[in-house]
Amino acid sequence: MNHIVIDNSKCKACYLCIKECPKNLIKISSQTNNLGNRTVEFVDPNHECLGCALCATRCPDLAITEVYRG
Amino acid sequence: MATQVFKLPESLRENTRYSFCPGCDHGVAVRLVAEVLDELGIRENTILAASIGCSVTIYDFLNIDAIEAPHGRAMAEATGVKRARPDKFVFTYQGDGDFASIGLAESLNAALRGENISAICINNTTYGMTGGQLGPTTLVGQVTTTSPTGRNIEYYGYPIKIAEHIALCDGTAFSARVSLDTVANIKKAKQAIKKAFEVQIKGLGLGFVEILSTCPTNWKMTPDEAHERVRNEMMKTFVPGIYKDVTAD
Repeated sequence: MNHIVIDNSKCKACYLCIKECPKNLIKISSQTNNLGNRTVEFVDPNHECLGCALCATRCPDLAITEVYRG
Repeated sequence: MATQVFKLPESLRENTRYSFCPGCDHGVAVRLVAEVLDELGIRENTILAASIGCSVTIYDFLNIDAIEAPHGRAMAEATGVKRARPDKFVFTYQGDGDFASIGLAESLNAALRGENISAICINNTTYGMTGGQLGPTTLVGQVTTTSPTGRNIEYYGYPIKIAEHIALCDGTAFSARVSLDTVANIKKAKQAIKKAFEVQIKGLGLGFVEILSTCPTNWKMTPDEAHERVRNEMMKTFVPGIYKDVTAD
């Protein structure tokens, strides 16, 4: 199952990844991290993730740490 | 069996947490440098000559040896390190103010001498760390804290096109300008950084990459708006492209 791993403690809430995802699977979370930022979460109930890694390539803060395919 | 298609580069320190502002493209540039160091397998043989400005923090994030230079003198210091230790891979990572204003003499002369080093210059059209003052690459008409009515060419002159100037120097082996505004351009930027590193490894001369970057904090824009500005305003003056490549046919 394609998926990404987000390290919420590094997210600075720039939300660039949200716009990048072709399937709109990254949402603003209700959680706030230790930096006081409202972070993002990966929501993929229908297993639509392409594993394209566009989000991870775009993330300027190393918050998307891993992307898997298959 | 899941295949990992993205992981953080090993040249980044473990649990690295950037100190850059939200949405700043410095973070992407540092990661690309780390990825290229990994791919070329040169991390343990690398010495960085660090600059002054937001770019200086790179030595907190990369797991490599580094030496700090006075403001603008990274290219001079890299020259010394490379001449003393020609077996080492030596590169600088500087901002536009450091590289092209206070350090312009050091930068241009290193290119004219054909020093066998690599240099990366982050161009965000302002002095980011000190509060958004007018810099050597500030666009005509751009409002900064020291040009509140916009950059006036009668008073301040024109912005410097760094990649073109470095390309004109006979000692330069590779000079390119790239951008980080889209994922496609991020991938092109990585290829340019790799090329600038490879010409040093081959002993061909100076490898240089100017990276168009954002400064959402000082531009007073969202990260998305900042990327729009790179596309719609910066790229008209600072046209991306490869300006010199001695390895090309």
